Amino acid sequence: MLLFTIRRLGVMLLTALALTFVVFYMTNLPPNLEKLAKSEASVRMSDEDVALWLDRNGFSSSVLTRYGEWLGVMPGWTRTAEDGTVTGRCITKGVAPTDAPARCGVLQGNWGYSTVFKQPVIEILSRGLGHTGWLMLSVMLVMVPSALIIGVLSGMKEGSRLDRVLSAFSIASTATPEYVSGVILVALLASATAGISPFLVESGLISGKTLFQGTATSAMDDITFWNFTLPVMTIALYGIGYIARMTRASMTEVMTQQYIRTARLKGASFPTIVLRHALRNALIAPFTVIMLQFPWLLNGVVIVETLFNYKGFGWTLVQAAGNNDIQLLLACSVVAVLVVLITQLISDIGYVLLNPRIRLA
Amino acid sequence: MDNLTWPLILGKAAVQFLPVWIALVVVFALSITYKRKLGLYGRLFDSPVGMIGFGIVMFWVFTALFADLIITHAPLEQISGMKNAPPGSLIKGREAEWYLFGGDSLARDVFSRMVMGARRVLSIAPAATLIAFMVGVTLGLPAGYFGGRFDTGTSFAANLVLAFPVILLFYLLVTPEIRDTGIPTVLAAVLFLFPVIFVAVLLNARYRTDPPRRNLYVGITLAIGLWAYSGLAFNADPTGVWSMDPNLLNVFVSVVFVNSPTVYRIVRGITMDLKSRDYVSAAQTRGESPWYIMLWEILPNARGPLIVDFCLRIGYTTILLGTLGFFGLGVSPESPDWGSTINDGRRLLSIFPHPAVVPALALMSLVLGLNLLADGLREESLKD
Repeated sequence: MLLFTIRRLGVMLLTALALTFVVFYMTNLPPNLEKLAKSEASVRMSDEDVALWLDRNGFSSSVLTRYGEWLGVMPGWTRTAEDGTVTGRCITKGVAPTDAPARCGVLQGNWGYSTVFKQPVIEILSRGLGHTGWLMLSVMLVMVPSALIIGVLSGMKEGSRLDRVLSAFSIASTATPEYVSGVILVALLASATAGISPFLVESGLISGKTLFQGTATSAMDDITFWNFTLPVMTIALYGIGYIARMTRASMTEVMTQQYIRTARLKGASFPTIVLRHALRNALIAPFTVIMLQFPWLLNGVVIVETLFNYKGFGWTLVQAAGNNDIQLLLACSVVAVLVVLITQLISDIGYVLLNPRIRLA
Repeated sequence: MDNLTWPLILGKAAVQFLPVWIALVVVFALSITYKRKLGLYGRLFDSPVGMIGFGIVMFWVFTALFADLIITHAPLEQISGMKNAPPGSLIKGREAEWYLFGGDSLARDVFSRMVMGARRVLSIAPAATLIAFMVGVTLGLPAGYFGGRFDTGTSFAANLVLAFPVILLFYLLVTPEIRDTGIPTVLAAVLFLFPVIFVAVLLNARYRTDPPRRNLYVGITLAIGLWAYSGLAFNADPTGVWSMDPNLLNVFVSVVFVNSPTVYRIVRGITMDLKSRDYVSAAQTRGESPWYIMLWEILPNARGPLIVDFCLRIGYTTILLGTLGFFGLGVSPESPDWGSTINDGRRLLSIFPHPAVVPALALMSLVLGLNLLADGLREESLKD
């Protein structure tokens, strides 16, 4: 088990390095750098000026060197101008060049400076992750229990009417990506002119103009049922169907096992069989699926935060990518990659721990 | 002439879809009559779920085919006074002409754009899925069959791509700047080579013992394949038959790139499972070449799960294409594809929902149809 974990951690580290290098390479391609130079210095720069600017700001060395600098394993670049002033990656204003640290990268906690928001990346990122954390938590609280309940209910009696109805719902929800369900939910529940809100207002059932709010901007300060329901439902819907189908498959398989028949023959009631004999065995497979949903949720978060204008991690990622904010995009991708890799690790280890039949040397 | 009410709108829309209904009736009548002779496809008509799914999918396929007959207005035609018009609005100054599903923020007909969007989506998604499958199969079969270093290397690469959040990958791959660097062309050069390799190896393995026929078939494959390859990947086809808009190539390549690792993993898993079967040992004893065993013994026996996954994956690719459109990546602003029309419509969503809801429902129904079709196929193929 220990060896397995160590080997997995090693592969994970290697993957993280490879992925961050790919992102670094793609964001630091010459056209992107040229755009950066023009947006930072002057839009009407000639090609020579761009080259000069890049050279003066440490972009002229090889990609590998710059990746090392960014990571913090290589000493940051320094440059002595003709008049004797020393500039460098790690030399901030007001610090003497001799006092500045040699290395300053991600490993030293220096994530760089966002060119769009004019703030240190770490501040923007932690704020965004805070907002997204609340969203993710609410999604998980809605998605996991409802998906498991739907899956268990439809799997305990395969082919029953309840099973047919719930299965149809699961299939429909997996066929509805976030940007579709979001649009439909807003049109149905949060529009003052269409959907059900006009009727509810007319009959005096709700005091506001709409049943729910179509944007979640106000949820960043104060989360309420009114402004947070739609984003949460939009993300959860897509995941519910998938997890429910996995749970259903696992549940139907368990219900055909010998020990269920034994329990039935000894006269246990149907609720007892489901709750005491079947449920625990049926929940092993969905566990992995739920953990592997995290990367998928990340996609949903990006779409939903853009759709509902909720300024969390996903919104930050889109802004960074759309505005060529290299440092911020790199930081976002590090977070995204880490989330994916850590959940993969947890799902692997959890699977082994939950299922005593699997033994790993 | 007045604005239409909802029953009339739906009635008029149904009349516009007349060619589709005729084609659907013909296909269903023929298929149900001869269903006992049509193998797995025929047995699909035994399962109601599969039949509904197939019906929805074929509805969109025929819509894409007959789009020119169905549309009421040109997808880019703007008529003044029809900006954000509600569904069923009569066009000002014209007799008996309506915007069936209303007008969008640029006064274009939502209905016609939705119909033309089907053509665009259905011309990319199945082709991209097919190429992703060929890449996945060509790499997954030897990885599962031989194992060893090749397996370790390709699995690591596949996991690398899978660990990337899809949207980040799209933002990195599908931007105008990236196109200048030539990375999409390199990716296309690698990915489009796989179908050619796949078909050539497939035929070579089958007719290896009969050199004249082998040379003929493989020669034809290579000639046509490399001709198409030069045109699609490098836009260097001298005759100009094969060519691809650079924007489209960029989108196409990234969708294939995202999909192929999952196919690879599925094929690899099935191959590892099937390689210990008796018929594989029998073929090995006969002295068949490894590629013959992989492509003509293992692959046909793995077809059930692969066909099911193919259907699901077309749906997933449709969703991915919609995501690209939603973020405005790699598509021109006039493009009628569903993702970008949803994106255009969402700005005024709470006031004028119809420009976004119509393509949203279209996309949802297509993916739902594909999922139901896959479910039906799974059910029927398990009955063997």
